[in-house]
Amino acid sequence: MHIVTFTRSTPDTAARLTVDADGSVSQGDAAMVVNPWDEYSLEESIAQAEGQGGTATVIAIGPEVHEEALRQALAMGANEALRMDDPALATTDSIGWATVAAAAVRRLDDIDLVIFGKEAVDTGSDQHQIQTARYLGWPFIGAVSRILELDAAGGRLRVERSLEQGRQVLDCRLPAVISVLKDINEPRYPSFMGIRRASRASIPLWSLADLEVTLPKPLTQRLKLEEPPQRLAEAELLSGSPAEQAGALIERLEKEQVL
Amino acid sequence: MSAIFVWTETFSGTAIPLSQETLGAGATLAAELKLPLVALVFGEDAGEIAGSLAADEALVCEDETLTDLRLEPCAALLTQLVRERRPHALLAPGTIRGRELLASSAADVGASLLTEVSGIAAQPDGALRVTRPVYAGKLSETAQGSPSQTQYLCLRARAFPAASTREHGDTPVYAVDPVLVEDDIVTNIVEAPPAAGEISLGDAAIIVSGGRGMSANPAQPPADAPDGAVWKAQHGFEHTLTPLAAELGAAIGASRAAVDAGYIDYAHQVGQTGKVVSPDLYIACGISGAIQHQAGMRSSKTIVAINRDPDAPIFRLAHYGLVGDLYEIVPALTAALRARRGAG
Repeated sequence: MHIVTFTRSTPDTAARLTVDADGSVSQGDAAMVVNPWDEYSLEESIAQAEGQGGTATVIAIGPEVHEEALRQALAMGANEALRMDDPALATTDSIGWATVAAAAVRRLDDIDLVIFGKEAVDTGSDQHQIQTARYLGWPFIGAVSRILELDAAGGRLRVERSLEQGRQVLDCRLPAVISVLKDINEPRYPSFMGIRRASRASIPLWSLADLEVTLPKPLTQRLKLEEPPQRLAEAELLSGSPAEQAGALIERLEKEQVL
Repeated sequence: MSAIFVWTETFSGTAIPLSQETLGAGATLAAELKLPLVALVFGEDAGEIAGSLAADEALVCEDETLTDLRLEPCAALLTQLVRERRPHALLAPGTIRGRELLASSAADVGASLLTEVSGIAAQPDGALRVTRPVYAGKLSETAQGSPSQTQYLCLRARAFPAASTREHGDTPVYAVDPVLVEDDIVTNIVEAPPAAGEISLGDAAIIVSGGRGMSANPAQPPADAPDGAVWKAQHGFEHTLTPLAAELGAAIGASRAAVDAGYIDYAHQVGQTGKVVSPDLYIACGISGAIQHQAGMRSSKTIVAINRDPDAPIFRLAHYGLVGDLYEIVPALTAALRARRGAG
């Protein structure tokens, strides 16, 4: 069995982000980390591959900054890491990203399952994942909380996922693409040996020419990126006994017509 | 470029709340661009639901393959309708199903898609300029798609006013045929969510949330409780926060710290690796307000923080701060609301 996960580096959760005059994002001294949702997809792919004697390959699409996430994945126990890069990727959108991702999966040839984390926190979207499945012609099942059965030989997958209204159980044939939520597992910490191995690993780089794809013209355009307006007013502190605090709060919420 | 399409997600015999908000946003756009508003309703009871939607007309398909809104047959049908009728825009609720459906169909058609949309402004050339949060809400993006083909948008919950449902069921409804037959479909729904469903955190107008501070419950755990702090926090969610939530008609939320400590189920987590919410009122109880929690609730209209620590970061985000013991303040608040309801 061969499982692929895609990952990316995103600014540390605690980073304060600012937008420079040229529209690029600055994060001060803050580190880049693995996209927080990808910790769960990495763990799941490594654990499933380990459990079935298979291979877990991790792929990043984009510039060198994403090697950070790839090395973290290798340190956790991923077997192989690959990076796809090309200057043309700088201005691409989800359609372009998915074109490259689908080409990479096709080129690996023997993939049974692709696992994503729920979304990318930087773009605030998951559409690139679903579109990767669409381009591959494989089924997509998002928001998976549990893999109930993964049978590569029989080509069957059964999962439980968490919709807004509650639990749904689905099965589908393999190969397939899924995205996973935080409750699917508890990600492991990289071992010392794993970190050492990851720091020495050389990560193959594939170009769009290697993949024999050309990027489609981007369909969406970012016009502006800005910091949302900060609230300047401080919280109004309501003092007194608990009953007085409660009364003062209700009075204010009524006045604001929240209640 | 004939119309504004709204894919209307349904559950258990009705349009979900975010579908009504999407129809509301669609109606505004349709009026502005002088285009008809067309609701698309798929799956069980589609015809009946569609008849009372506030749209100029509805296209419905009740074929059995679409039951529980399975992605592949819904996407194939949606793609065909867009190709045939070339609407100016296609809007859908930004739910799990809505995002999967629009992303799939946008890939089929080669159309632009923008998700988590919280504002829409039509430009003179017909392009729809949207605002949406990125970087876990730390930054706001203005973007637009390509007006040369149908523009696909998934909307964020509680960002647009809901359309009003029509009482007489007089919206013209036209049936359309499915595109796929069962043999073409490789996924199979084994178990659907229970019809009653839960209050979706994203749809809730009021949310009462608990954090790590929930473990400071004065109630004494039984001798056989495996972990006193966990018992206290779970007891607090059930016996202190739930009565307040019931009084307010609110949903229960939680911080990541509370979920990771085992105080409450992950389905309640608000924040960067949980749900993003924007209720009218968010009451944070015993939540310090780590940046990753803020990512999930900062767009709430009114934020109330109840916390023992006056220096907790949550007070810098809150509109009203109540410094003190949540186990004293929350019951006082519940009692005062109950008294008010009795008096009213």
